[in-house]
Amino acid sequence: MQQAIIIPASGRARRGFGDAVFATTARASGGLVLLLLGGIILSLFIGGIAAFREFGPGFVFSTEWDPVHQKFGALVSIYGTLITSAIALVLAVPVAFGVAFFLTELAPAWMRRPVGTAIELLAAVPSIIYGMWGFFVIVPIMSSTIQPAIINFFDGIPVLQDLFAGPPFGTGIFTAALILAVMVIPFVAATMRDVFDTVPAVYKESAYGVGCTTWEVMRSIVLPYTRVSVVGGIMLGLGRALGETMAVTFVIGNADRISETVFGSGNTIASIVALEFPESPQGSLKLASLLALGFILFVISFIVLAISRMLLKPKATGG
Amino acid sequence: MSVTIMGGGIPGAAKNEAVARSLGRRRHLTNLFVKALCITATVIGLLLLASILATLLWNGLAGLSLNVFVTDTKPPGSHGGLLNAIIGTLIQTALGTVIGTPIGLMVGTYLAEYSRGSQISNVVRFVSDVLLSAPSILIGLFIYQLLVEPMGGFSGIAGSLTLAVIVIPIVVRTTEDMLRLIPATLREAAIGLGAPKWKMITLVCYRAAMDGIVTGVLLAVARIAGETAPLLFTSLGNSSGLGNLATPMASLPVTIYQYAGSAFDDWVQLAWVAALLITVGVLAINVTARLALRGKK
Repeated sequence: MQQAIIIPASGRARRGFGDAVFATTARASGGLVLLLLGGIILSLFIGGIAAFREFGPGFVFSTEWDPVHQKFGALVSIYGTLITSAIALVLAVPVAFGVAFFLTELAPAWMRRPVGTAIELLAAVPSIIYGMWGFFVIVPIMSSTIQPAIINFFDGIPVLQDLFAGPPFGTGIFTAALILAVMVIPFVAATMRDVFDTVPAVYKESAYGVGCTTWEVMRSIVLPYTRVSVVGGIMLGLGRALGETMAVTFVIGNADRISETVFGSGNTIASIVALEFPESPQGSLKLASLLALGFILFVISFIVLAISRMLLKPKATGG
Repeated sequence: MSVTIMGGGIPGAAKNEAVARSLGRRRHLTNLFVKALCITATVIGLLLLASILATLLWNGLAGLSLNVFVTDTKPPGSHGGLLNAIIGTLIQTALGTVIGTPIGLMVGTYLAEYSRGSQISNVVRFVSDVLLSAPSILIGLFIYQLLVEPMGGFSGIAGSLTLAVIVIPIVVRTTEDMLRLIPATLREAAIGLGAPKWKMITLVCYRAAMDGIVTGVLLAVARIAGETAPLLFTSLGNSSGLGNLATPMASLPVTIYQYAGSAFDDWVQLAWVAALLITVGVLAINVTARLALRGKK
């Protein structure tokens, strides 16, 4: 009798101990994630503080990047980051939409899984491979065929002829944006496909029932229903494009100035950090400037990703 | 009167029919046009994948030989291989996974089992999702500031820790998603038998969610195996000191970066071989992960 009382009591004590350890570990791990993000922000800010102090807010607006005279500014890289990502999205979103539309509405059932997997594999290819492929395959094609064709096409049209001008080197902002677009397509397409799949079949069937064509169902039923999530998916793609490093470094041409044409060379925050880092000794103003650039990139990506999460959230949990 | 009824009650019915037919034709053509564009988009996507794989196979297979696997990286012109880079990638990927997975698993467990609906858990979830998509180059810079500068040099352990940071949010996402799919009745049954909560989680929930969690870990492995940018700041190195975590450690992606842009033909050739190896490895892991999950469902 006494035995019977003691065993559950000690069992309860052990159970309490095991639970306490497990729960504490879980909570501590959750805290560690917060610490990691805080650590990344803080380390970039502290590392870059010398640059912020030296150049003040002008750091963000200066186009100078002159290691010889120790003058550093962020505007060229910020511009390059934003313009390549923007062009990449313009190129990627229609294709991604087409792929998602195909996978959800058009493709026969047996085709959906293999084609969907192939598109997802495109997202799994490491970015350095895109860089190599871009450098050895796309750049030659750009310089021999595509860029001359585009330059000829827009020749004589007032604004566009200046935008699409310059010697066709093959490398440059437009090529970087093209590679980024290829990298972003699978992410945006996969997100779009997933949110298109959340549309209740009854809505679509009703539309087909009153005689809508497939495209009309997509435009009038699926897109309005998923609009917010679709924008969220595009923002997620934008977040990817902003921080992409290796692929861009290979093809953007790496110049420290703002090019007036999209075929000109440039750089992005990620590419200049990767490229200039080996020549930046510890404690130098240059290294501080690179870390400050990293901080700016973090702020931009954080804003984009935060918006993306907010837009994707209601449908993700509700659907 | 009767004529009007036969005409459908609408004046000018014949004309409307013509309008309707032309409208119908236009809608039909628009539909066909959009369908054609979408099929084209998908074909473009598939062709891109095919082009990348074909380029890798074409250029990579040409340089593939036993020498690649048994010789270290060497100066140009001296028949170097990739041995130290392959070993470096294996060590850092394995170590990154081993360090990152338990942490990610516990965070996912916290989010799914210990914090339903609480405000702080929403913050943790949000932060983890931000880390998931944050530029990996910044994680490299963070570890550089945290470890490499104080330790006075690049090291394999710094590279591994960087990769671990990348693994965590991937495992968090799949673990939480998978744990949430487990029916409440399974939990109630375990609790009803008198199991403490931690035993319920480890023996019942983890076991039920195992396929999904393993898939998440495999996807994380595939992701970090090809990471380049963060390693430039942490483990960068050509040293052939195999397996010494305190010294700079080579890896396949960093070797590709250094070799592909070089002016030496044999280095460029080796970069293609490395690219082929890493891509085939990464894609194989991806396909395996997807097949494993599908097979068990």
